[in-house]
Amino acid sequence: MTDTQFEPKIIAFLCNWCTYTGADLAGTSRLQYPPNVRIIRLMCSGAVDPIYVLKADLAGADGILIGGCHPGDCHYQEGNYKARRRVVAMKEILKNAGFDEDRVWLRWISASEGSRFADTIREMTAAIKEKGPNPMKTTWAV
Amino acid sequence: MKTIIPVENGDTLQALQGFLGRLLETGTVDALLVPLRTPYGTVTPGIVTNPEMLAEADPLAPVLPSNGATLAGKLSAREPRAKVGVMLRSCELRALIELVKMQQANLADLVLIAVDCAGTYSVPVFVKKGTGDKGQGLWQELYQLATLQPETSQPEIRAACKICEQPVFDGAQITIELLGSDLSQGIHISLTDELAARLGMSPCDANGRAAVVEKLVAARTASRDAAFAEIRARLEGKEGVPGVFAACIRCHNCMEVCPICYCKQCVFKSPIFDHDPMQFIGWAKQKGAYRMPPDTMLFHLTRMNHMALSCVGCGMCTEACPAELPVGLVFRAVNQRLDAAFDYHPGHSVDDPLPLVTFKADEWTEIGE
Repeated sequence: MTDTQFEPKIIAFLCNWCTYTGADLAGTSRLQYPPNVRIIRLMCSGAVDPIYVLKADLAGADGILIGGCHPGDCHYQEGNYKARRRVVAMKEILKNAGFDEDRVWLRWISASEGSRFADTIREMTAAIKEKGPNPMKTTWAV
Repeated sequence: MKTIIPVENGDTLQALQGFLGRLLETGTVDALLVPLRTPYGTVTPGIVTNPEMLAEADPLAPVLPSNGATLAGKLSAREPRAKVGVMLRSCELRALIELVKMQQANLADLVLIAVDCAGTYSVPVFVKKGTGDKGQGLWQELYQLATLQPETSQPEIRAACKICEQPVFDGAQITIELLGSDLSQGIHISLTDELAARLGMSPCDANGRAAVVEKLVAARTASRDAAFAEIRARLEGKEGVPGVFAACIRCHNCMEVCPICYCKQCVFKSPIFDHDPMQFIGWAKQKGAYRMPPDTMLFHLTRMNHMALSCVGCGMCTEACPAELPVGLVFRAVNQRLDAAFDYHPGHSVDDPLPLVTFKADEWTEIGE
């Protein structure tokens, strides 16, 4: 049974200064979390163009996580605030275009929050497991 | 100030050409961007500097070959530039306002001349109906219908025009108020006091425009909502964007003609999509098959993310689509939801910042946790 159980694939776009460093801390702290996440490092959550998220979704990624510094802590002052607006717009568009917008998550995780990173991955993996695979995995005509 | 241009012998067009001529003769503007009749009978936007050439001006011809906002941008974004009067319809002016915010146009040396719009035909329909002398009566028919029966749409006007609830533009220096009056008698114009003094125009009483516009807007809004309901049933149902855009040939026409899509090099034409041959094979192996040309839905969804917030609903995309997809309707339906979320109204004011370049510290706290 465990062999056939659905294991979600989560693509995480993490900002260099906070969430990526937080993920690094989770690792150096030997924290255990599900191996379902593939991390892509960017300089800022504000650098996440919707095209990256959409490409992942249409290719069949089961979940997409965007991680940035807490509001007010952005290394570039306001990149995360702009990222938030972009994610709001993207989710609205996905919802209105017939996609499941709840596969896209935005989380603020600081460089010192290694355990919060591990918790987030645990939480997200469980939530996406509940949801089941992204239908785009088997939809070729996109 | 409101004023009226007298029409002699019922020749409305000549009266309008005369008014435009005075803008050039008085030096109010150095040039005019107006629709012109070509020697071949078709209509195209053009720049006029010689008042005599205004005999060819046909600003009321019910056709929109391209959204003039892009053209006004070409004439105003960089210096040195001339003082240009741009005669545009509401959707063009709203797109121009958006382009100003994107630094692709500048209002400093433009004189905006807004024309009330009763709807336009697709280029091929217009060519069939209205080239040559046949064209003269075409606009009259549309303005008369809009004024006398605002609740009835002419069946052959563009789909975007049938659901356009913003047929008039508020905030131009000169507004040619064509709705709600007998155009064979006179043309009502509202203009700034400064321009009125310069052109030596005297005030007149208000016309019946407001009541007609209100009825027209109500009727168009009802048609819009019906069209939105229909497309949303498809978008939110089984089909989604992949179903509605299934026949897309990815020609990029919608992007080329979109006044808001201003990027000199679109990401979709950049080398990042020049994948290695084996990359495609890999993707095909993942899903068992892979649609070619690639990334068709990615193109539409990304374009939506990049420009839908500023979509003014001019419908140029729908006109340009060789697969006859309802591109503009989809974008407008999505745009309505986006605009509600951000409380943003594209084309209303250059002072409303673009939603994605501004922010508040304490908003949508539930989205980023």
